[in-house]
Amino acid sequence: MRYLPLTDTDRSDMLAKIGAPDIDALFADVPEEARLSGPIEGLPMHASEMAVEKHMRRLSKKNLAAADAAFFLGAGAYKHHIPASVDHIIQRGEFLTAYTPYQPEIAQGTLQMLFEFQTQVARLYGCAVANASMYDGSTACWEAVAMAGRVARGKKHKVVLSGALHPHYAEVVRTMAKFTDDEIAGAPPSLTAKPDDDGLIARIDENTSCVVVQYPDILGRLPDLARIAEAAHDKGALLIAVNTEPVALGAIKSPGELGADIVVGEGQSIGVGLQFGGPYLGLFAVRDEKHVRMMPGRLCGETQDAEGKRGFVLTLSTREQHIRREKATSNICTNSGLCALAFNVHMTLLGEEGLRRLAMENHRLACMAADRLAKVPGVKVLNHAFFNEFTILLDGDARSIVRELTKQDILAGVSLGRLFPDIDCLSNGLLVAVTETTTEEDIETLASALEEMLA
Amino acid sequence: MNAPNASGWKPGTPVEGHNAMSGPDTATGNRALMLEEPLLFEIGHIETTGVDLPEPKDGPNRLGGFERNEPIGLPGLSEPETVRHYTRLSRQNYAIDLGLFPLGSCTMKHNPRLNEKIARMPGFGDVHPLQPVDTVRGALEVINELAFWLLDLTGMHGVAMSPKAGAHGELCGILCIRAALEARGDAREVILVPESAHGTNPATAAFAGYKVEDIPATPEGRVDLEALKARLGPDVAGVMITNPNTCGLFEPDMKAISDAVHEAGGFVYCDGANFNAIVGKVRPGDLGVDAMHINLHKTFSTPHGGGGPGSGPVVLSEALSPYGPLPFTARTADGVVHLVEEENADEFEHTKAFGRMTAFHGQMGMFTRALAYMLSHGADGLKQVAEDAVLNANYVLRSLEDVLDAPFGPSGPCMHEALFSDKGFGEGLSTLDLAKAMIDEGYHPMTMYFPLVVHGAMLVEPTETESKAALDQFIMALRSVAERAKAGDETLKTAPHYAPRRRLDETQAARKPVLAWNDPAMA
Repeated sequence: MRYLPLTDTDRSDMLAKIGAPDIDALFADVPEEARLSGPIEGLPMHASEMAVEKHMRRLSKKNLAAADAAFFLGAGAYKHHIPASVDHIIQRGEFLTAYTPYQPEIAQGTLQMLFEFQTQVARLYGCAVANASMYDGSTACWEAVAMAGRVARGKKHKVVLSGALHPHYAEVVRTMAKFTDDEIAGAPPSLTAKPDDDGLIARIDENTSCVVVQYPDILGRLPDLARIAEAAHDKGALLIAVNTEPVALGAIKSPGELGADIVVGEGQSIGVGLQFGGPYLGLFAVRDEKHVRMMPGRLCGETQDAEGKRGFVLTLSTREQHIRREKATSNICTNSGLCALAFNVHMTLLGEEGLRRLAMENHRLACMAADRLAKVPGVKVLNHAFFNEFTILLDGDARSIVRELTKQDILAGVSLGRLFPDIDCLSNGLLVAVTETTTEEDIETLASALEEMLA
Repeated sequence: MNAPNASGWKPGTPVEGHNAMSGPDTATGNRALMLEEPLLFEIGHIETTGVDLPEPKDGPNRLGGFERNEPIGLPGLSEPETVRHYTRLSRQNYAIDLGLFPLGSCTMKHNPRLNEKIARMPGFGDVHPLQPVDTVRGALEVINELAFWLLDLTGMHGVAMSPKAGAHGELCGILCIRAALEARGDAREVILVPESAHGTNPATAAFAGYKVEDIPATPEGRVDLEALKARLGPDVAGVMITNPNTCGLFEPDMKAISDAVHEAGGFVYCDGANFNAIVGKVRPGDLGVDAMHINLHKTFSTPHGGGGPGSGPVVLSEALSPYGPLPFTARTADGVVHLVEEENADEFEHTKAFGRMTAFHGQMGMFTRALAYMLSHGADGLKQVAEDAVLNANYVLRSLEDVLDAPFGPSGPCMHEALFSDKGFGEGLSTLDLAKAMIDEGYHPMTMYFPLVVHGAMLVEPTETESKAALDQFIMALRSVAERAKAGDETLKTAPHYAPRRRLDETQAARKPVLAWNDPAMA
């Protein structure tokens, strides 16, 4: 077997050294009746590299790859161009096959990268401190809610969710809250040109630990975070801002700048491929340093070595499970280290100038798409404002139209029916995302196909 | 010209009388191939970019008045500078690709590159999670095929695929237990966890709203069955047991433990971090386990990536399966694989799900890699994986027990990990000192001070992907360092001497945390 270096001669020499008659003697603690005598039934035997590749390629061919379609899906996962050097760097064995940097003297590569990553995320979010990553945006969102509970010292039990929070994120929060004392005050999204900030603000009260608002929201709209922050702070609640498209922050103000206390989000857009939903990259930051010791997850900090040279270590680990056990701020251990590296490298390649250009190119193409689609009879653009994703309302059930369009290799967007299957009045809504990878031909293809279908 | 071996020296042997690092200081601080690398923020510029994108035209936008007007502070580098920056950083890391990585409990085994290639096939790497299901049947088949392997290898009934890593899987399993208990109107408050458990176990139980109590251990490093039985009662929701345990030992009473817990109305959670020692040899389902997470990044070789991503699917017993979270996949009689989510859970008679743990469907990129690994090994190869992992660990144990104290060595063989203590070290020398000296010998240290039940614990997990020659070299190095520790060699206290950094001041890092770069010019 190609991954196993021991030869049969090695094995018998080693058993002799150990003083065991055979390999089963080493499994003596496993009760005889539970021990399997041969290979497990129902599973195939070993296969060559060529055979495995062939099998997997056959499965991969049953999927329609984004690059082979006119592609407009978003809703928390975006198709962006990833420079070739990003994937090259994350495949270097020294990064790919390293462990969590518990031995800092021989892990400065990972640690310095994490320090750079934390700084990039903090700046992008307008925050003081970011952690070394969470699993993804949805779990980062729940961790932020849990942290707000800690900040409120368990005295406030209401969590106000914006109706325009990604429904999967809201579902994760609701699921986890079932097992704590938190009351989750959600609302259905309203199909209006601007988000219902007034309605959200009206739901904040003295018992509210935090308000969770997505920016841009699930329909692509831009809530007035500064106003919501003020209202939340008036009631002693924290504002948690959720961002699922970090490229947007190259064009619009950062949530921290607008007063959000905790900023979380999905970092996949920068450096990480779509991969059918994972692994992705949870981003987590706090605006004020005073909240650092309440944060979940790993933190990398600067220090120096015995010779006075600058170096980096994982720090403030007294918050973490391996030290604090049942009193830890989170149970997270493994996070998304390699995705953080991909983000770090891609963001370095972009730089501020590149990020600004990328954001404005996304916005330009999205405006072009919105204008073109608005001309299609039976299509109405909902949004007053948007970044690279907006909602259109169709004369017809968006979900079946999306399915029908796949026959022409058009992936038209994410239907609101897919996201909110229980809310019938949303069924004609379609979320359309446009990025730098979208061509004018793609936009024309989608518009013409809709013209034909809605005629 | 001299023949290459003219000096008689061979790699892997000491050089007498020479310290490789002695020599004059350099102007750059570099030492030949050991290169110092500044931070991105010290070498990059706000106006530099390594990508080609058009300069935006001024004109109206539809950003609703939220346009950014302050700089962000994100320096960029050109592509050549970027590649060099990260390549230089990478060389300051230890990695499995460089050598044996004996980090007990973490299972640092070789990561096959075929799996990297497969995960990047466009049909897997470039697929959106919310595409219409007819365009992603192959992806659903991968999930379903992997689920089948996991169920067959563990002898369990159902599997939740979405948890993102081991600790997330633990939470999933504990929430299934809680949901099952609540469904029968049986509120219980306590989860029992052995002292030797991973820190994630008690943290998980507490996160799920449970009180955590310790289970005592026997002097042989196993769960004390009688003490456990005595503690069971109507307030105990369940136990969390790692098997093989964190001392590297199999819990021979596992079935009796499960029976006792079930008898008392509780459930058994098994931490599957060490499943690699028994895969193909014994099935947790046959031992009465109700829930177990499987670290695909341990047992099934998906890369650790310097701290993730992981993947932690949870296999469930028949009693817990109805409560598993959404989404999951199901194959119907016609052979078609379906994605089961909130909207069609009724159709698949899965109405008791406790909810959703993450957006989308889990770590697809890890699923493809893990499945490729399983297919490569097959049922026969996976059994060999467990056997070789256990053989390698016992070889290390028996080769070193004359110089290092092996607290459980006399009681019999270990599983995939050899556990040593610091007993007999010279005055003032610790496990930490020995570990740092292993760095100078060219190794990543073993897991230190874990499990907590052994003084100065050193947990060595060689894994099955090490050759006998690699083990012999490692044993030679560890023997030498252990002998120095016992002889009271003071130079251990200042190790490592030859790493990119000497010991780092962790106290300073925690006392005055610097967690982001601050521009001295902006201060």
